[in-house]
Amino acid sequence: MIDLDNISVQAGQFRLDAVSLTVPTGRYGVLMGKTGSGKTTLLESVLGLRSIISGRIRLGDEDVTALNPAVRGIGYVPQDGALFSRMNVRDHLSFALDIRRVDRKTAEARVAELADMLHITPLLDRTPLGLSGGERQRVALGRALSFRPQILCLDEPLSALDTDTRLQMCELLEDVRRRTGVTTLHVTHNLDEAERLADCLFRITDGKIETSKPSAH
Amino acid sequence: MCLSVIGGTYVLLIVAMLLADATYMADQTFTAAARAEHPLRAVLTQNPITVALADAKIRHSIWLSLISCTLAAVISLVVAVPLGYLLARHEFRGKRLLDAVLDIPIVLPPLVVGLSLLILFQFPPFSWSARSIVYQVPAVVIAQFSVACAFAVRTMKSTFDHINPRCEHVAVTLGCSRAQAFGMVVLPEASRGMMTALTLAWARALGEFGPLLIFAGTTRMKTEVLSTSVFLEMNVGNIEAAVAVSLIMVAAAIAVLVITRVWGVRDAGL
Repeated sequence: MIDLDNISVQAGQFRLDAVSLTVPTGRYGVLMGKTGSGKTTLLESVLGLRSIISGRIRLGDEDVTALNPAVRGIGYVPQDGALFSRMNVRDHLSFALDIRRVDRKTAEARVAELADMLHITPLLDRTPLGLSGGERQRVALGRALSFRPQILCLDEPLSALDTDTRLQMCELLEDVRRRTGVTTLHVTHNLDEAERLADCLFRITDGKIETSKPSAH
Repeated sequence: MCLSVIGGTYVLLIVAMLLADATYMADQTFTAAARAEHPLRAVLTQNPITVALADAKIRHSIWLSLISCTLAAVISLVVAVPLGYLLARHEFRGKRLLDAVLDIPIVLPPLVVGLSLLILFQFPPFSWSARSIVYQVPAVVIAQFSVACAFAVRTMKSTFDHINPRCEHVAVTLGCSRAQAFGMVVLPEASRGMMTALTLAWARALGEFGPLLIFAGTTRMKTEVLSTSVFLEMNVGNIEAAVAVSLIMVAAAIAVLVITRVWGVRDAGL
């Protein structure tokens, strides 16, 4: 479960006051809003990349408000993928496992499993240079899922993709969710994407969050 | 069209300067060859560069230049990486002042940098070690470092500015500490910029003269580096040797540029 309880957060001149949001365990939450409405600020608060002024953040049964991002155990896919240009795809998928000193055999098996699920096995030895937008996002998704997080945060992961690739990625995200059961918070401004993927839909307007049920789900 | 003429004139000036040096050198070589019994052998043994290289003082100056420039460049990089990162990633009180202070060595007249260093070493705690530094070899490295480092810091700041901060954010969410994220993600991303900063600092250190003149002196076989050699040879009217040393410096600078470019291209996987 992702539970934001009366969060106040500030980013420069921008401020959100006393907003709340809950995504139940195993569900897919989509947060919608215009550019500059504070979607990313809120996501960064969940990740622990931005400290909050007041309120509480709980992930599952744990209050993570004071925890640093490294121990929150959240998979994060930023808008542009933010791949590491000096590493190949295999290194991306095993990065979090290496940090956790997972033994080599287990790590290799996990990399193979992820590559198979995300259809990126032929790309394993390539560097991000020359990967297409869709391929980059698959790698970023694989990197985020590699350490089997309970929570996944996606920040407009499909916004830079063409329509066909976007549809394929939507299918892939549905497949990932079916297979892993990961609780997801997905930020987007695309209504089609939101209605297709969301179990719970949140709209952020003028600093307030409204919860609604997606019409086509 | 107008822009390309203006730009082209400058490029032409650079090429013409180097060509003039080379032509002067060739002219001296052929004059020496014409007078010699064995013209072909004379081209190899009596051209000004070979003559300069045969001089123990010039060889000492080349070695000291190589060692001092490398030391100054490495120290510059060690200082420039954290400082560049701080300026690129963090907002703090006095940041603009720090930024301006870092430009001082770039805009200050070189002689003033040397003089300021000399005066600084009159005061404790610096004065305690002045005897073993001022007019000694360490002064050469300090004088080169004090200017070269400013260029390295500028290069590293711009390098870190161009690295997506989200990469660090992702690394931290994947379980890295801030230090691990810096070491495992940011530094590898910055490797080309670090190479550029190192090269730029090295080249700046090689060309440094003003601060050296005042702070390290121009003692032959002691604090003489290549730029000092050019000055000393010119002073005694030995233009051939001065031009020969200049060409050695040009060759060193070109070698460093080529190495960096080849490294850079291979690094980019092209």
